[in-house]
Amino acid sequence: MSDIKTTDTMLEVRDIKRDYELPGGFMKPKKTLHAVKGVSFKLERGKTLAIVGESGCGKSTLARMITFIDEPTSGDLIIDGKKMDTRPGHLTSDMRQKVQIIFQNPYGSLNPRQKIGDVLGEPLAINTDLSAAERRNRATEMLIKVGLGPEHYNRYPHMFSGGQRQRIAIARALMMNPKLLVLDEPVSALDLSVQAQVLNLLADLQDEFNLTYVFISHDLSVVRYIADEVMVMYFGEAVEYGTRDEVFSNPKHEYTQTLFKATPKSDVESIRARIAAKKASAA
Amino acid sequence: MSLLQIDNLTVEFETSTGWFRAVDGVSIKVDKAEVLAIVGESGSGKSVSMLAVMGLLPATAKITADRMLFEGQDIQKLSGSERRKLIGKDIAMIFQEPIASLNPCFTVGFQIEEVLRIHLGLDKKARRARAIELFKLVGLPNAEERMHAFPHQMSGGQCQRVMIAIAIACDPKLLIADEPTTALDVTIQKQILDLIMDLQARTGMGLIMITHDMGVVAETADRVVVQYKGRKMEEADVLSLFENPQSNYTKALLAALPENATGDRLTTVSAFFDGNPEPAPSAGASA
Repeated sequence: MSDIKTTDTMLEVRDIKRDYELPGGFMKPKKTLHAVKGVSFKLERGKTLAIVGESGCGKSTLARMITFIDEPTSGDLIIDGKKMDTRPGHLTSDMRQKVQIIFQNPYGSLNPRQKIGDVLGEPLAINTDLSAAERRNRATEMLIKVGLGPEHYNRYPHMFSGGQRQRIAIARALMMNPKLLVLDEPVSALDLSVQAQVLNLLADLQDEFNLTYVFISHDLSVVRYIADEVMVMYFGEAVEYGTRDEVFSNPKHEYTQTLFKATPKSDVESIRARIAAKKASAA
Repeated sequence: MSLLQIDNLTVEFETSTGWFRAVDGVSIKVDKAEVLAIVGESGSGKSVSMLAVMGLLPATAKITADRMLFEGQDIQKLSGSERRKLIGKDIAMIFQEPIASLNPCFTVGFQIEEVLRIHLGLDKKARRARAIELFKLVGLPNAEERMHAFPHQMSGGQCQRVMIAIAIACDPKLLIADEPTTALDVTIQKQILDLIMDLQARTGMGLIMITHDMGVVAETADRVVVQYKGRKMEEADVLSLFENPQSNYTKALLAALPENATGDRLTTVSAFFDGNPEPAPSAGASA
């Protein structure tokens, strides 16, 4: 990795906020929901930032803002050294190509009536003027890269297992050679054995394309494995932010400590302690 | 006498390409006050075998077992109505999707009182009192007000608490929890597991915990059954399973845990045993 320049900043977020207006009704005033309350961070190229938090803490809203799906209420988004103009109508396809997202549920994020080949070819058809044959070649190459085969080109999403579908979603995200990939709980719908395969694939792809990942998860064991930096969110705020080792060895915020305590421990020592405690209480 | 004893259970479904065997000769035994975990990935038949016990599989499923004894009584020989008296009363189940398994058209109070009315025949006042007591027991705040709430007005964790309250309403002797925390956050998962384990310890009921999460197994189980593709791979008490796993599949599962990662890549199950799920000795014998 030393030959590649890794010190430059890929993504910078400065005091980003998102409010949602909740409509009022008769005798009921309008309400403003502060989903993300001023989050800032910097992420270097080729690194992985993990965002951890419970449901409703604003981590998915943050992901949607980074991928231009949602417009921030205020704050700056700087990608690859350029400040992004996130107002509707000011986004260029160039900007969109740099950032791609992979969603949590591989059963919901693929169109059931679209063949896999078309799923992968569609971004090329929209954004480039490649011929149909070239698009087909590129799609087939990508299928092989994510561990599927050319024979899958003409199949429909329902013919695949959950892990295979997540591979397809990853392949689709990579078709436009993005630099930044936002992964919104990419493995939480998958079995343990499949989860390991997908995490390995993500690590391989990161090495090959020098990708930068924003990895959203609530599973701390996965975060500890994959992340370089960790941010913990709680009610729209970043309550903890640091390198993986800092956060895991010395969690400062109360919520982070609760989170660590709640994570099931599967080492032999903890099991022994639990069984001993159970025997003691039974006696 | 064990609480539940299943010998050689097989469940088959008819598909366009012939009969598909979802559960293949599985034997399971649970004692009183014991916590048994059944572990396996999706498609391993862990839920299907328990649904067969509950009698909740569609009529098209072919279920055969040498014995299916609950407290010494073969539940295969019971008539439909006799079995319905048992299910929901002495054997209760908690499902994976708490919001989907409650009826959206009725208040949660109605749904818990329904159980009390049918199985225990309590009168209106007693039902209400017992329902509120149960809601308090599972830690629902404002139990009286919650009686009138609909499932969509509550969070996933609260719905799961209601499901647990319904399951334990008739003091079951055996509780089957089918991935009770998979849809929940880590912090809520901890609360729900603590609640289930606390209830189990207090009432001394048998508990079958179906899960694919090795962490949940480590935190709850006394004994563990590992299933893969409808077959039982291994059965052991929880400590020896984690310390000294016997079957290749269990070893592979433990190696795939992110916290057990060595180097910068995870060991995958397929890399570990190349589709040969037989126990370890065969590997040495073939060489």
